Amino acid sequence: MSASPVTTKSSLSSAANYLTSQLRQVGIFVALIVIVIIFQILTGGILLQPDNVSNLVVQNSYVLILAIGMVMIIIAGHIDLSVGSIVGFIGAIAGTMAERWGWPWWAAIIASLAVGAIVGVWQGYWVAYFGIPAFIVTLAGMLIFRGLTQVVLGSTQITPFPDPIRALGGGFLPGLGFLFGQLETLTVVIGILIAVVMVVQALRQRAVRRRYNLESEPFIWFLVKLIFTVGLVLVIAYLLASNNGIPIVLVVLGVLVVAYSAMMSRSVFGRHIYAMGGNLNAATLSGVKTKRVTFLLFVNMGVLASLAGLVFAGRLNLANPTNGNGFELDAIAAAFIGGAAVTGGIGTVTGAIIGGLIIGILNNGMSIIGVGTDYQQFIKGIVLLGAVAFDVYNKRRTGSR
Amino acid sequence: MSNNILEMRDITKTFPGVIALKDVSISVERGEIHAICGENGAGKSTLMKILSGVYPSGSYDGEIVFEGEPVHFRTINDSEAVGVVIIHQELALSPYLSIAENIFLGNERQKRGWIDWNDTNLEAAKLLARVGLSDNPITKIVDIGVGKQQLVEIAKALSKKVKLLILDEPTAALNDEDSAHLLDLLRHLKEQGITSIIISHKLNEIKKIADSVTIIRDGKTVETLDMAADAVSEERIIKGMVGRDLGNRYPDHTPHIGDEVLRIEDWVVHHPSDHSRVVIHGANLSVRRGEIVGIAGLMGAGRTELAMSVFGRSYGANISGRVYKEGKEIKTNTVPEAIANGIAYATEDRKRYGLNLIDDIKRNISGAALEKLTKRGWVDANQEYVVAEGYRKDMNIKSPTVGAITGKLSGGNQQKVVLSKWMFADPDVLILDEPTRGIDVGAKYEIYTIINKLASQGKGVIVISSELPELLGICDRIYTLSEGHITANVPRSEATPELLMQYMTQEKE
Repeated sequence: MSASPVTTKSSLSSAANYLTSQLRQVGIFVALIVIVIIFQILTGGILLQPDNVSNLVVQNSYVLILAIGMVMIIIAGHIDLSVGSIVGFIGAIAGTMAERWGWPWWAAIIASLAVGAIVGVWQGYWVAYFGIPAFIVTLAGMLIFRGLTQVVLGSTQITPFPDPIRALGGGFLPGLGFLFGQLETLTVVIGILIAVVMVVQALRQRAVRRRYNLESEPFIWFLVKLIFTVGLVLVIAYLLASNNGIPIVLVVLGVLVVAYSAMMSRSVFGRHIYAMGGNLNAATLSGVKTKRVTFLLFVNMGVLASLAGLVFAGRLNLANPTNGNGFELDAIAAAFIGGAAVTGGIGTVTGAIIGGLIIGILNNGMSIIGVGTDYQQFIKGIVLLGAVAFDVYNKRRTGSR
Repeated sequence: MSNNILEMRDITKTFPGVIALKDVSISVERGEIHAICGENGAGKSTLMKILSGVYPSGSYDGEIVFEGEPVHFRTINDSEAVGVVIIHQELALSPYLSIAENIFLGNERQKRGWIDWNDTNLEAAKLLARVGLSDNPITKIVDIGVGKQQLVEIAKALSKKVKLLILDEPTAALNDEDSAHLLDLLRHLKEQGITSIIISHKLNEIKKIADSVTIIRDGKTVETLDMAADAVSEERIIKGMVGRDLGNRYPDHTPHIGDEVLRIEDWVVHHPSDHSRVVIHGANLSVRRGEIVGIAGLMGAGRTELAMSVFGRSYGANISGRVYKEGKEIKTNTVPEAIANGIAYATEDRKRYGLNLIDDIKRNISGAALEKLTKRGWVDANQEYVVAEGYRKDMNIKSPTVGAITGKLSGGNQQKVVLSKWMFADPDVLILDEPTRGIDVGAKYEIYTIINKLASQGKGVIVISSELPELLGICDRIYTLSEGHITANVPRSEATPELLMQYMTQEKE
């Protein structure tokens, strides 16, 4: 009799402890939801209208693609300031090949990605093997590739782009007709499929972790999290289905997020990135080929930046000298809002994606309610500072315990 | 009234869990050169940090009397204000500023808030002349050698109207000529009435210039000797430094020594930034299976440099020499190559070089041999957990799970994680650099037990240590290293602390 209140109390406090320990991970997600709710109210429901959700995805896809590569570079303890210029440069290159030279669209895409890789080789060499800090190399790269963009374009613009490249930027998966008169069938099917896979995957993982006695997550928490994420997927699927279906770029993004998340958490390469960012000396003395890892990270960033460049040019149907201006800052901000540490060693791909979505929703929501770009910049700055300050505060608090 | 410029009485200083100094007393006569001797970790530096105000008044017990007045220094500025200046072993000069700027750093010659450059350079030149330097005061620090930099430090001290000059290992980084010059200067300053306290491992130097010597051992004053009156020999100082009861602090170990597993021949290493300086002079050493070999040397002898240069050339430049594994010559030019050849090196500085402190135990343990847990490029996280959990139990790492962040573990447990990492890599030769530094006595015993176990598994173990009793307690054979030379190879049966210390302080031939 007397023991039972004690146990409830201790299990409650252990659940509270668990929540606090997960604050870093969960906090950013909660922040995203709060921001969605605020803007849903402020915009009088426009934010989550089907066409706006679809718009949100397409509008932010290129920054999210950049954020994936950026967070990896930041985890390794570097930075890349050149990605915005690479976006512009690749737009110009792709436009030249597809329009001026009349290459087939697929050849233009492959060649553009290859050029992105070469750009990465160039920057990776200086950072990894020559030993110049990434800040300097990519600051130079920012100027070099912006300049080259203008050289390639020769003070004009290139338009239009071939349809497949335009589809990459703003197109939708072909539909299969409508359910109940208004829901696109393919979108519904894919949404349900993803939800099922997520449930199965989560249950399997939990079972394995229990078998190894690794599980520290309270079951209720697990259930709440699962219902919530699955619900989210279904809601998004519903919203997309009631508009034009699934944007092609969302498929690309989805594949990238899953693949890179897996790579960062489970592959040797990913583990070496975290080890380097956490303690470069210790990683080197453990046999990690730190120079090669750094080099490959920049090559990877080059390829992702070129993909973002294709998406952006395709969406605008235009190659223009200012394409991608300032994208590097959005990508960097996304990574830091998403919980990456300035000193390296900490961060996740999903965190960076959520960070990017927060920025995207701020942009979109503020535009809808008619906040001027001046105030938009101001508010984004405050959010970035606040997110990192929260993180630093959190770390200091747990560190002093 | 006594003629003592300084008296420190019953100084006791504790750090969390450790008593660094216990009732240490020392008296320094006005105008003498007073040496302080002791093994690494005996408490010499701690004592000098208390004297100079690095550890503020109130953080220790005891009394300091300077020129007949009790003093309570709270910062270095307080101690410098009365004329106590310390020069640390690691020179504290700003490399890209000029000599003159460095001399007056924090004490600028100024007129109404603007620096008076003429006065600065003029005064600097005068001070440089007093220490026997004729360089232009506007020369940048990077452009002069370490010997001259040391003299600039002394000129800086003179600019502060120094009465008591403290030098921590002033000749550790200098060549013979610069050392001789420095010692001359100290004698010269003595004639001008400046009292010096010199901390040094080089007993021949102490014998040459000190008037008296205080020996500290395990945080306690052993004795103070008057060099002239007591006719002190180097052997006499060594006896004071090492004479201690070994007790039963080491687990029993019956060696089963097999064939030679690693041999290093004619190993020469140059300093990474000063290529003309030889750090290791043609070292030869070998270790056999099942053998625990010690490397004894004082600070600056080149122990870590030797080990790290062998381990994938992680230290040094212009390295030459040969490495043989089981009689066959191997290359160890990169860390992955060294690891692939079955060599492991566990660093003396686990926080800087050994662990990813923001990651957990299991990922640190798997760090050096991740490929063992890999299938087609993917890490098997569950297998990793099982492996790490095994080491946690085996090595008695005190943490509820292997998911704990290593930065929050105690020193002893961190060291066990480092050892686990290298045990998982399953090398044939383990080089353990100061494996028990900063670890409490109980954990030390556990580490020794682990070392014995590794040897009994047929691995060759090389232990680098500053603590002679530790080497005598666990090693089958001990090499001594002095100023980059291997000076002796002593079997356990013949080794005594006095003998080793003699070889460790032996001058090169």
